[in-house]
Amino acid sequence: MPGHVLPLRIYIGVFLALLALTALTTGVAFIDLGPLNTAAALAIAGVKMLLVVLFFMHARYSSSLVKIVILAGFFWLALLLSFTLTDVESRHWTPAPAPWSAPPQPAPKPVALQPPTRPATP
Amino acid sequence: MADAATPTPHAAEHAAEHPSYLAHHFAGIDQQFEAGSLGMWVFLVTEIMFFGGLFAGYAVYRHLYLPGFEAGSRLLDVRFGAANTAVLIGSSLTMALAVRAAQMNRRKALILCLILTMLLGAAFLGIKFTYEWSHDYEDHLVPGMGFSYPGPNAPAIQLFFCFYFFMTGLHALHMVIGLGIMAVLVWMAARGKFDDGYYSPIEVSGLYWHFIDIVWIFLFPLLYLVGGRY
Amino acid sequence: MSAAPGAPAAARVDYLNADYGIRSWLLTTDHKRIALLYLGTITLMFFVGGTLAVLMRLHLIDPAGALVHPDTYNKLFTMHGIIMIFFFLIPSIPAVLGNFLVPLMIGAKDLAFPKINLLSWYVFITGASLALYSLVAGGVDTGWTFYTPYSSTYSNSHVISMAIGVFITGFSSILTGLNFIVTIHKMRAPGLTWFRMPLFLWAIYGTSLIMILATPVIAITIMLVGAERILHVGIFDPALGGDPLLFQHLFWFYSHPAVYIMILPGMGVISELITCFSRKKIFGYSFVAFSSMAIAVISFLVWGHHMFVAGQSVYAALIFSLLSFLVAIPSAIKVFNWTATLYQGSISYEAPMLYALGFIGLFTMGGLTGLFLASLATDVHLSGTYFIVAHFHYIMVGGAVMAYMGGLHFWWPKITGRLYPDMWARIAAAIIFFGFNLTFFPQFMLGYLGMPRRYATYPAEFQILNVMSSAGASILGIGYLIPLIYLIWSIRYGPVAPPNPWRAKGLEWQTPSPPPTYNFETTPVVTEEAYAYGPADSAEEGAHG
Repeated sequence: MPGHVLPLRIYIGVFLALLALTALTTGVAFIDLGPLNTAAALAIAGVKMLLVVLFFMHARYSSSLVKIVILAGFFWLALLLSFTLTDVESRHWTPAPAPWSAPPQPAPKPVALQPPTRPATP
Repeated sequence: MADAATPTPHAAEHAAEHPSYLAHHFAGIDQQFEAGSLGMWVFLVTEIMFFGGLFAGYAVYRHLYLPGFEAGSRLLDVRFGAANTAVLIGSSLTMALAVRAAQMNRRKALILCLILTMLLGAAFLGIKFTYEWSHDYEDHLVPGMGFSYPGPNAPAIQLFFCFYFFMTGLHALHMVIGLGIMAVLVWMAARGKFDDGYYSPIEVSGLYWHFIDIVWIFLFPLLYLVGGRY
Repeated sequence: MSAAPGAPAAARVDYLNADYGIRSWLLTTDHKRIALLYLGTITLMFFVGGTLAVLMRLHLIDPAGALVHPDTYNKLFTMHGIIMIFFFLIPSIPAVLGNFLVPLMIGAKDLAFPKINLLSWYVFITGASLALYSLVAGGVDTGWTFYTPYSSTYSNSHVISMAIGVFITGFSSILTGLNFIVTIHKMRAPGLTWFRMPLFLWAIYGTSLIMILATPVIAITIMLVGAERILHVGIFDPALGGDPLLFQHLFWFYSHPAVYIMILPGMGVISELITCFSRKKIFGYSFVAFSSMAIAVISFLVWGHHMFVAGQSVYAALIFSLLSFLVAIPSAIKVFNWTATLYQGSISYEAPMLYALGFIGLFTMGGLTGLFLASLATDVHLSGTYFIVAHFHYIMVGGAVMAYMGGLHFWWPKITGRLYPDMWARIAAAIIFFGFNLTFFPQFMLGYLGMPRRYATYPAEFQILNVMSSAGASILGIGYLIPLIYLIWSIRYGPVAPPNPWRAKGLEWQTPSPPPTYNFETTPVVTEEAYAYGPADSAEEGAHG
């Protein structure tokens, strides 16, 4: 029957690492890192996931087919997330066009150059 | 790429000794084991996409309503989330040890580890139901069941809790199913169905259990830890 | 070569007579019997969906609507779409032909997980029963696309029961796809490398990838719609802070690849038919094989082209538009390669070949009209019109259904051990081809002229084209009834079929017709490439008169 028997210390080691990373991510959540908080949380979660996948689920010792299957799953999730977020994030880059029925506006008169002032709030 | 497996001598021997484990349509026990494993991995990919839809929705609304989602996150109790994470990681350890025990033909250790996994899984669900969800219900934070929040960003907070309950609820449902599977495995192990020549159901159920752990590994930070708690 | 009609078959045990009684069918794990269980179910669903289509077309012969109240019309097109897509097209070739043929084509005794195969059928009929219940209880009127917030908040129709039905049926798809993937990876006979497999298997493999990756997303989306409907929370309702476009993203992430679930297996069938009836190996095997994989992957990158006018960002729309043009390329590669296969082939015109040739022409038209829709500017004009309806019917009916019919006829002798009357089959194929074009070509024109889809009434100047379309629909309906009659007739009265009536290549033809339960006495060893048709194969007369 195929299947590595891993030494006990690997399982214990991964377990302790997972606990430590949990403590780490919980602690980091109370520190203000600005936008890095989310990135750090996801990164630590990613490392924990890798430990579980590679060692508890034996992916490290499995065939390359299994590895490709795992990668494919995450790749497809990334497709869903990235394209959807691309739409949501870029939706407001283009202002909505004026309605068809808007009357044509007269061309604005040229304005004399003003001295530089405080920039208007965006 | 030669995927059509030929049985190893050991497996051929086992096939002769334990024909009841070898399904008639497989060429050998190796092929059966690999097919079972691959099948479970493919199923887990479907689960990634299943949960993934919820993660996508959560990501979109977090982007649109960041203050409300951060406020909602702060209403969750990090202590219970962290404790549950530790409990679930522990259950993953015991599950991995169960697989190891089966690989080494240690029936008592196998049954013990499976039972420990179940106990830790039940502990996870117990903490969820008793300390988190019931308190959320009392605090009127369950959408569709008398949700009301007096402070600012109430609609976004309600949306946050929609996703919170949906994601953790779906996760809990998977855990309940997992507990059922464990119970069946304990029963089968007690009847001597597994040994180092045939432990595929344990291996495959282990993969499922670890996957549930991984989902929680992402749910915990994304729900509990990114609320600007500082 | 054929025994007298009605003569008793030799006393040989095959999968059909190996066991008798309803339990032997309802509790079977034999992939061939499960394929027949699916065949019965989807044929029923096809005629339910077809009846709804006939009602719609009857209604539309009059600009003011000839038959039903507008609310009922909404239910007709909704239920027609749901039933045809989820309960006929998606399972058709994979669950019937795929289930039957995959183990035979790879030289295996069954699929990897036979019990899961049977489970998938029970899951399917549970979902189908809920769908039929929803129909009988009063129907759904949201459109098959279930757009929010109408479906989640405002519709008064049976959305929940229908949604549960579709949700459940999705798992049937997932289980089938999972089974095929593991089987093709792990159970190929010795010598059957990936690049010696029949192209039907490549197509089924690609389809299975799509099934397992896309279906879970619509499952969760349906759950969210149900939750919103029951709990009145604002997941997709803008009035409560929700984003209806999020629903559309999640919905189309599945539903665009779903259309490739519907067409890709058909393309696999066509590769088998064209080679057999040209007595030639496929032109560019690896290109066709890789194009199936390319379609499976790129199909996931184009879903936003359903949302060009829905409020999606222009930048996302640009990306989706470009990718939609790209996804046409692998399909075009297949069409070129089939055509090149025909070139200098020894062509015969049995019914399966008529369906295959019809497929190539009609699919090409449907595919080319997709480019109009992939282009942003023209899509603004054509979106929501009958142009879209014609486009997808050319692919789904002119393509997928014709491929299904061609495959059903081609493998009918293998499945049933009987030959069908080819003259009637050719007549029916011709009627279907004519009726189809009369139904749907006018719809391109209607759409271009601006007639909206999903409307119960229309301006009077469109009546002539609508009447033509309805006339075509009646002819098409008759065309589909004819095979129903002679195929059922042939089971009892058709001539007994030899193992290989078409003298085709492929492991499935090396077994008796019908095959024994365990397919092969000994596991075959494959030594030749696929479609190894040589000069000796084309020298003889046409396979079957």
